[in-house]
Amino acid sequence: MLKPEIKNRLIEIVGTENFLNSKEDRITYSYDGTPIISNLPEAVIKPKTVQELSSIMKIANQEKIAIVPRGSGTGLSGGSVPIENSIVITLNHWNKIIEIDKENLTILVEPGVITGQIHSEVEKLGLFYPPDPGSAAICTIGGNVAENAGGIRGLKYGVTKDYVMGLEVVTPEGNILKTGGKVVKDVAGYNLKDLFIGSEGTLGIITKILLKLIPYPEVTKTILVYFSKLEEAAKTVSDIIAAKILPSALEFLDKTTIKCVEDFAHLGLDTNIDALLLIEVDGYKDIAEKEAEKVLDICKKNNCSYIELAKDSNHANKLRAARKVAFSALARIKPTTILEDATVPRSEIAKMIVGINNIASKYNLTFGIFGHAGDGNLHPTCLTDERNLEEIKRAESAFEEIFELAISLGGTITGEHGVGLSKKKFLNKVVGKDGLEIMMKIKEALDPNVIMNPGKVFSISSKSEKLRGDKERFKRFILEEWI
Amino acid sequence: MTNINFTGIDIPSEEFLIKCMHCGLCLPTCPTYQLTGLERNSPRGRIRLIKSVLKGKLEISKTFYDEMYFCLDCQACETACPAGVKYGNLVELARVQIDKTKYNRGISKIIKKFIFENIFISKKRVKLLARLLKFYQKSGLQYFVRKTKVLKLFSNKLYKIEGLAPRISDKFTDKSYPKILYPEGEIKYKVGFFYGCFMNVMFSDINSDTIDVLLKNGCQVIIPSEQECCGSMHAHNGDLKTARKLAKINIDAFLKYDLDFIIVNSAGCSAFMKEYAHILIKDDYHNYAQTFTSKVSDILEFLNNIEMKKPQKEILKRITYHDACHHVHTQKIYNEPRQIISKIQGLDFIEMKDSTQCCGSAGIYNIINYDDSMKILDLKLKNIANTKAEIVLVSNPGCLAQIRYGLEKDNINIQAIHPVTLLKESYKE
Repeated sequence: MLKPEIKNRLIEIVGTENFLNSKEDRITYSYDGTPIISNLPEAVIKPKTVQELSSIMKIANQEKIAIVPRGSGTGLSGGSVPIENSIVITLNHWNKIIEIDKENLTILVEPGVITGQIHSEVEKLGLFYPPDPGSAAICTIGGNVAENAGGIRGLKYGVTKDYVMGLEVVTPEGNILKTGGKVVKDVAGYNLKDLFIGSEGTLGIITKILLKLIPYPEVTKTILVYFSKLEEAAKTVSDIIAAKILPSALEFLDKTTIKCVEDFAHLGLDTNIDALLLIEVDGYKDIAEKEAEKVLDICKKNNCSYIELAKDSNHANKLRAARKVAFSALARIKPTTILEDATVPRSEIAKMIVGINNIASKYNLTFGIFGHAGDGNLHPTCLTDERNLEEIKRAESAFEEIFELAISLGGTITGEHGVGLSKKKFLNKVVGKDGLEIMMKIKEALDPNVIMNPGKVFSISSKSEKLRGDKERFKRFILEEWI
Repeated sequence: MTNINFTGIDIPSEEFLIKCMHCGLCLPTCPTYQLTGLERNSPRGRIRLIKSVLKGKLEISKTFYDEMYFCLDCQACETACPAGVKYGNLVELARVQIDKTKYNRGISKIIKKFIFENIFISKKRVKLLARLLKFYQKSGLQYFVRKTKVLKLFSNKLYKIEGLAPRISDKFTDKSYPKILYPEGEIKYKVGFFYGCFMNVMFSDINSDTIDVLLKNGCQVIIPSEQECCGSMHAHNGDLKTARKLAKINIDAFLKYDLDFIIVNSAGCSAFMKEYAHILIKDDYHNYAQTFTSKVSDILEFLNNIEMKKPQKEILKRITYHDACHHVHTQKIYNEPRQIISKIQGLDFIEMKDSTQCCGSAGIYNIINYDDSMKILDLKLKNIANTKAEIVLVSNPGCLAQIRYGLEKDNINIQAIHPVTLLKESYKE
């Protein structure tokens, strides 16, 4: 419970209308896009300015109140799910595009701007912001930076971090830090902005973002290729990259996923086939066309069943959009969809797909597999029902094996969703003891009172006030539990 | 899940509720979430609230009540939902539940009670009200009321909503036609025509145009005189009991004849008449309702499915189309009107931005939540005006009244008409 005196001080800063603590509001900010986990916050605060946010942080730091930042709440690792005794700070109403600089090719935005809106605004000017997460129609850019979101263009264009040039961050102590800027080259001191990208809200709250833009490709060719054997689709993926072609999208869908997507989007996809690749090549017309030809040749060599070209840009958009909702469409089969994003080097994609299928049958579970095959980032999705506790347990064991498999193939437990709450117990397996220790030292240095999204990425006792000034205990708490 | 808060047979289904995996893809399509950015004003948030009440984690509260009625029930979220959650059904059943509580009170309750229990229970009552309104509009009383702003003395709300009532038609459909009408040539289809309650008195010209177009397309048109209001407004506002009663009257009225189709020209009515089998699922009437439902066809759907008579006259106008929620979201009717429009020569058709977004009319939403409704209407008007069209086509009486009100209010020189009116014009030689 929030002490009345603290509550009053917070209301004094933001005004009653921006301090929400009705049961109804607490319930509707108790979750994000992550299945199963949820928790009521004590209150939800909508600061109006950076100064207000800074004042809130100062109080939280002084009183050791946990702060959970939130954009649209579409995350898939529990990054914005409140923990006990926490306050949610929501920033989705900070949604202004401050400046598009056509000479330096940058865009300066507030963290609540919807990613899809950045796309449409810059595309009007012939510019391109490539990162394109599945939830681009609603996720906020602040959340994208905090989670270092990826999306379908990762292989050719990289992920969010490759486009962040500068940040403004309110630190847990309430300082307003500015880092990075419009210069392409900048080696003045440590690269602080990269510390905050992908920090999952555990180091501070991002309040302004400067992004890099690039020219919009002249043409995009969208191709659908069907395969009757999974392995042949996987082989095609590695062959395309081995032929030195970098498609802007190289997406894989298995039979279960194709069925669900077709059921929702009615695109006329063939639902009797084992695997589908959605391939896009883009760039200058001549080059894109040549690359498309080469891609088609490789598909044919790998015994693809047949090939379908997008009729026009409208059709291509629909195909891309349909792929982007694959995760949610899988809920048509069973109500709870546990989606992970274990990622492997792209050469290991075939082994990974076979491995996931074996694990699924070992634990007698239904899985849909789809994902960004081109960059090795798969989304094995377990189709289950949260009311069936026994099956949920089996699913947990299956995912543990999937993560181990990914790591053994030289991959990682999460490619783009973040560690959050749902994968923290696996973190040490991929970053190791030393890696984890350095991360904790950083956390301790920047957030000594452990107020920023505590318990995310790695575990920290919810009674964090006990840790104050007790560095040894701080370490022990985290290390004992998870190493 | 143990349910302690909901009672009776009309309870939001747990199976539907649990299907929501809270991914958030519904948020950008929700008009109320767009207005406030608050999670509880979103479909995902409302589903969570209903689930919490069902599970006994939240009691029905004033906030819960207001939230369920802040929703327009436009069902844009259903179109956006990849998981296929039946949101409309959930919110409508939640309304049945909350209407039984103490929170159902005040002027909204009086308006609702008046509209649903005293007016829209029979054609006669609707016509009586229409005649009174007509007297009000024609006698100079309306002019006096508007000029003097006298309604402000009684209630600010009443003052604001006074202008929403559309002009009453000179002749009502139910008394203008014989029971059976024959086409000029061969009879290709035997159809029943549903003239509606609202349409009957306020848009009887559109009903006439519809009948004309049906006759031109080889339909024998039967107009059963026993038909009543479809009951959609009752069902959407928590009164399923009356809705079921009206459904049965209509089933009896139409199944008396051996019809190929039951033609409806209002999106809200056609959507709901297709639901009759569902709302009567536990009733003796279920089988009849199924037969009835299988014959219901929206006029646009019907014209697009048959080999429609080719329009002859060229119409040189720039036009745009507003998709009624009960077409595009409830019945997934989107391509049909565009196909039909494309057959008319000379038209310069331009899509407006967000054509599938609600206009804020939403049944009686504009009466109960006038201010919010106007904010949503303003977005729609902006998108209509930006097309620089001369005509906006609208296929639902609620939307027509709302959009015409908005166009007049803002002095926008664009005509709002039903597509059949345009089609009838194009059939002229």
